[in-house]
Amino acid sequence: MSTETEAPAPPSESHARRWSGIGWGFIVKLALMMLVNAVGLAIIMAAWGIEQWTILWVSVGLLVVANWVYFARRTLPLKYIFPGLVFLLVFQVFVMGYTAYVATTNYGAGHNVNMQQAVDAALIQDERQVEGSPSYPLAVVRDGDTLGFAVAIDGVVQVGTEEQPLAPVDGATADGSGMPTEVPGWEIVSVNELLGDQALAQEVTDIRVPVSDNADDGSLRTRNASTASIYKSTLVWDEEATTLTNTETGVVYTPNEYGTFVGDDGSKLTVGFYVNIGLENFTKAVTDENYAGPLLKVTAWTFAFAFLTVASSFLLGLFFALVFNDDRVRGKKVLRTLFILPYAFPAFMSALLWRGMLNAEFGVVNQWFFFGADINWLGDPWLARFAVLFVNLWLSYPYWFLVCTGALQSLPSETTEAAKIDGAGKWRMFRSITFPLLMVSTAPLAIASFAFNFNNFTIIYMLTNGGPRFTDASVPLGSTDLLISAIYQISGIAGGRADYGLASALSVVVFVVVGIVSAIAFRQTKKLEEIQ
Amino acid sequence: MRTKIGIGAALATSALLLTACSGGGDSTTSESASSSPSASASASETSEAIDATGQTLTIWVDENRQPAVEAAAATFEEETGATVELVQKNFEDIRADFLAQVPTGEGPDITIGAHDWLGALIEGGVVNTVDLGDNADMFSQVAVDAMTYDGQLYGMPYSTEAIALIQNTDLVGSDAPATWDDMIQMGVDSGADRPFCINTNGETGDGYTAYPLQMSFGAPVFVQEGGSYTSEVGMGGDAGDAFAQFLYDNGEKGTGYISTTIDYDTNNQLFNSGECAFTIQGPWALGSYTDVNFTVNPVPSAGGEDASPFVGVQGFYVSSQSENALLANIFLSDYIATPDAMQALYDADPRLPAFEGVDTASAPYPDAIAGFQASAEMGVPMPSIPEMGSVWDFWNAAESAIIKGSDPTETWDKMITDLTAALEG
Repeated sequence: MSTETEAPAPPSESHARRWSGIGWGFIVKLALMMLVNAVGLAIIMAAWGIEQWTILWVSVGLLVVANWVYFARRTLPLKYIFPGLVFLLVFQVFVMGYTAYVATTNYGAGHNVNMQQAVDAALIQDERQVEGSPSYPLAVVRDGDTLGFAVAIDGVVQVGTEEQPLAPVDGATADGSGMPTEVPGWEIVSVNELLGDQALAQEVTDIRVPVSDNADDGSLRTRNASTASIYKSTLVWDEEATTLTNTETGVVYTPNEYGTFVGDDGSKLTVGFYVNIGLENFTKAVTDENYAGPLLKVTAWTFAFAFLTVASSFLLGLFFALVFNDDRVRGKKVLRTLFILPYAFPAFMSALLWRGMLNAEFGVVNQWFFFGADINWLGDPWLARFAVLFVNLWLSYPYWFLVCTGALQSLPSETTEAAKIDGAGKWRMFRSITFPLLMVSTAPLAIASFAFNFNNFTIIYMLTNGGPRFTDASVPLGSTDLLISAIYQISGIAGGRADYGLASALSVVVFVVVGIVSAIAFRQTKKLEEIQ
Repeated sequence: MRTKIGIGAALATSALLLTACSGGGDSTTSESASSSPSASASASETSEAIDATGQTLTIWVDENRQPAVEAAAATFEEETGATVELVQKNFEDIRADFLAQVPTGEGPDITIGAHDWLGALIEGGVVNTVDLGDNADMFSQVAVDAMTYDGQLYGMPYSTEAIALIQNTDLVGSDAPATWDDMIQMGVDSGADRPFCINTNGETGDGYTAYPLQMSFGAPVFVQEGGSYTSEVGMGGDAGDAFAQFLYDNGEKGTGYISTTIDYDTNNQLFNSGECAFTIQGPWALGSYTDVNFTVNPVPSAGGEDASPFVGVQGFYVSSQSENALLANIFLSDYIATPDAMQALYDADPRLPAFEGVDTASAPYPDAIAGFQASAEMGVPMPSIPEMGSVWDFWNAAESAIIKGSDPTETWDKMITDLTAALEG
């Protein structure tokens, strides 16, 4: 923003505040802040439009703070940190907070909506067309603000409203199809007009016109504003008592603490709503006998997978880096480029290719390297684990090759020369000088790689899809499932029964585990730095 | 609409992200999120308007059916002035997304869907009931029944589909084999590498494709009572064990006709290269069989009873939270449930029509369509009860294990036990 160097300004005055000369610094800042404010206002207006108040107030807060930060004199450090803080808040803190919130609910199959929506759905599902009810051509009519339905029953035009059951109207006429064309005292509302007015249209689909004083006869209802049929509801919603009552059987359905409507005869309504169930999801993961065992196995394999992947690919990458760092190797550039290839290829495509190549009957691995033997790489639990590790090694060692090559080339040559003069052998030099120095720069990357592989969904999903399934478990998890793919399976996105609450709880656990492991590991790497 | 989204997204990424997150969901939120302000704004227009100009109907479709729905939508837009916003999604994603988005108010007014989602959608409280309109009589009864749940109609069907036996006519002629043994004999006599191959979805297992064989042993996935399914698992007991034994006998430790090394693509490749005389597949796979002559017949019985495949029905669902319910219903009953629209749907994506009078001669494989029709006629509807969602994982995995050589009775019975427990819990 401020690269000009011409005028020697007082050191305390920043370029962006200065008015000397044309004042470019300030103008640029002003323009940028105008842009930020415009974007912020657009967001606020959009949030207002869709009535998302939390987003609105957070945006207002962030915008006010942004203006304060960049126009106040004393907020120099914040000027640098603020954008990062905003992104942290939006992309990290919010997502984690929301996941933690879902983890305390039973959101999932059967508990998919809030209470009001569940009641709406229960009423929809309960309202049935009276058997044998004909469909009547319908005219929607109105008198001021009161909407009514006009139908011709046996040639007699009758009009009714929500409060007023159908009653004949004198002087009303209907056309040949039975559609009322003129109703004295009422204005006929055309379908076109209804279509142009969303609120009115919704009112038309919402009202029920009783056929007679007797509620058992049912009420007229329309879906398309041009025909009506007689429907009957048996459920009645009592908003104050929050109960649904079946008027036919007298059963009263009360919501239980899991958001299911349970009748006093023990029956349940199909649709439920989500409620806060506290920490039950967290305890379920460790105490539920169906989940606890398999999840423990999955956790153990996740740790093993993440550790072995990082260790094996690091060592292989380091080995090649050492070899290709030797001055005697020719065509280094070409060879190094070739090494990068597996890394440059999209990981999911590689995994899919390997899946095909490892196929027991048609795969080239068996045909070319094992004399056509029938080795079921992806079907046997241990072979599948090995295959996953091997493919991931193939995918990730080029990364370590790159990193180690870079690190090796930046090692100070004095220390190695000094060691040579002291008479150290090659192995001794590697062990005492090269390797420790290398670890200083690569250990943090190894920790990041561990965290990444701990959640390496792609390779599992594409290569084995978690399989082969545990044969001794009662939940659909498999031998190569990582915690993250187990969470995906449990969340039901793939088509099974969804349990987002449990999946979120497990996500929070994974987050905490990865956090702790990384924190401990980073502390350890501090010790490495002391070598320098 | 699209450009508006583009600009909005570029300017206000973080806000959209926040909206998307609060919607508990995914990328599609931004689509409908930005459509709602315009929809609610137009609602306040004067009631003097004589058409539906300014109203937006959002419909989720998948890639295959987008052109078909587009045609119907164009007529609708022309005649009513309303805007139809088609959002293209992966068919597999629609179920979960519809369940997640409708409660947040960001869902569509109408979505395309399969009838076996119905139980889950009802349990999730996201679908409304529908009327078929004036042409109700022209819908096939099986399809309407499939979209009916507990006596209520929740979807407008438009196509049905079922798998059938596809045979290489150059190898085995076009006569339908009567039994499994006949078929294997015909296959062996033809000299093909494999008399029969079937997709098991690799190691995952595929209970759907093997279902006709299972049904021929009299082991339905759920017990049927008066046409509709109960939540009582029906594939246990002797019938189920007999089927498990059949899988084992023809699995990798038996004759090897059924193998977990074969997935969808491998299966199609084997059949198309003539290495395989018979296979069981659906109409969607026909496009892969360009190099061989084939004919389609019902699946032969392996266990003595009818080999009934699952019949799947596709149709349109209306959201229970739609603010345009009237418009949505009019669109369906007046612009989809018409002979012209149904024909257009068929031409764009030829699946067995669920509507009388659709001319199927225009299909790429008219004879094959007849074969699939015959297979569908002896089929059973795929259960749409919510419990079905839990079945697949257990069922597929057990079949895969048995084909690979696990003890059939033990594996199958354990699957039944676990499944029953999962359904109760």
